[in-house]
Order: sequence, then structure tokens, then C-alpha cells
Amino acid sequence: MDQLSNVFAALADPTRRAILARLAHGEATVNELAEPFPISLQAVSKHLKVLERAGLITRGRAAQWRPCHLEAGPLRDVAEWMRLYRRFWDERYQRLDDYLRDLPAEGTAKEKQDERED
Amino acid sequence: MNEKTEKLTVTLPSDREIVMTRVFDAPRELVFKAMFTVEHVEKWWGSRDGTLDCELDFRPGGRWRFVQHTADGQEHGFHGEFREIVPNERVVQTFEYEGMPGHVVVQTLHLEEHEGRTTVTSTSLFDTTEERDGMVESGMETGAGESYDRLDEVLATLV
Repeated sequence: MDQLSNVFAALADPTRRAILARLAHGEATVNELAEPFPISLQAVSKHLKVLERAGLITRGRAAQWRPCHLEAGPLRDVAEWMRLYRRFWDERYQRLDDYLRDLPAEGTAKEKQDERED
Repeated sequence: MNEKTEKLTVTLPSDREIVMTRVFDAPRELVFKAMFTVEHVEKWWGSRDGTLDCELDFRPGGRWRFVQHTADGQEHGFHGEFREIVPNERVVQTFEYEGMPGHVVVQTLHLEEHEGRTTVTSTSLFDTTEERDGMVESGMETGAGESYDRLDEVLATLV
């Protein structure tokens, strides 16, 4: 799996998104991150491993706390991919708009005729 | 001229979804036909100065593939599959750019007509091949995340 796929996969889970949203406000320890969730510390640790693998967070080295820190880089890649996708469709729709405007009236005229025949 | 007919409106309802809305000055049946019939698609889908190879098997489970040939000799392939089709109303399809394989977008298109104009609303869910094929383990029960702000706020600050 490439990095962007890792990021999308990591973002697929609401608990992991919530953890990232929390870390957007600043570093936190596993205990702090686990507090709002009705799941075990082990479960939270598992989520953190997925986030770490995707490069979305880094963890400090202080043995006891290992505070988690949000890494903005991969999220920017996702945002960039979304931006390109959006621009792609903006251009395509503009072309479709032009095409529909230039479309000879025959199509609509014919349909109107069909309606009259009904 | 009504500005609305010219502009793509974009909202981000969640971190992996984009909703794009565009108004076209044409009746719904015509817009639908222009979007999903080969004869029409090949006239607008590609780039202005290039050509387009177009395969489109418009039925549920049918596949589509468009290859864009640009004037400078480059090729860009796109493909996907039609999942649901309600004529003139709704289409669910997948979208994948062959230059970035594995990034699958599930696109749900809605067409609505109002006074002879058609609003096309497209909801794109960003996915990966692994997710689409159910290969990513979600780990454990979820739902707790709802008590938190959504990540799209974070993403919004980065765009």
C-alpha cells in the first residue's frame, strides 16, 4: 500500500479521526486519548499504530508517556489529491456546460415533437 | 446571466467526502444523456485539444474506461464501474485515475430539474482498493468519535 492509501485507510475509522481531531489541539498521551472512548487502552494503542504507520502521528520517546503528535504532511497530501479531483470535475463540468449550450436544438426539438405525438 | 449556472459549489461533509453541485441550463433528460451516452461523452469529456477513447457499458455492473490523448502525446486513463442506475435521476459509479491506481472514488450522482435547468449533485467518497474490497480491518467498534469534532475542520485549515 502506498502512503496515500495508508492515509485514506487510517482516516476510514471514526475513532481514529476523532483521535486526530483531538491531536489537532495539541499533544496528548495514550491515556488522555483513550479517556472519551468506551474502548480499552489496548484498542486505542492499536489505532495509534495505524495512525503512526500512515505517518499521521509521531510519538515522543519519553518512555512512560510517549505523547502523540499530529503530523500535518500526509493530511496535506490528501487535501491536495482532493483539490486536484475537484479541479478535474470543475473543468469537465465546464466542458459539459459548453457542450450542452452548443448542442443543436434538434435534440430538444425532436423531444418536443415526440411529446406532441404522445 | 445567472452566476449559478457557471459555478461549481463544493462542500466537505466529512473528511473523505466531497459534494460538488453544478447547474446546467438544460433539461434533465438531456443532461443525463450527455453524461452517460458514448456519442455525447466523447465530445466533452476529454481535453479541448486532444482525443478521447471511450468505452461505456451503461448498466449496473457495467464498466467504463476513458483514455484521454493530449496534443503533446500523453495518455491519461480513467475507469470505473456502474453500480446503480436510475435513469435520469441517480447513478452510483466508481472512478479511478490510472495514473494513481488504488485510489478509488465512489461517486453518487443526483440529477434534479427545476424550471428547465438541471442541478447535478455529485457526492464523492474517497476510498482505497483495500477498503473497497473490504480488506482493511476496522479494528473494533466505533461510534465514540461522534462526541468529537470532525476531522474535516482540520482538513479545511490545510486546503
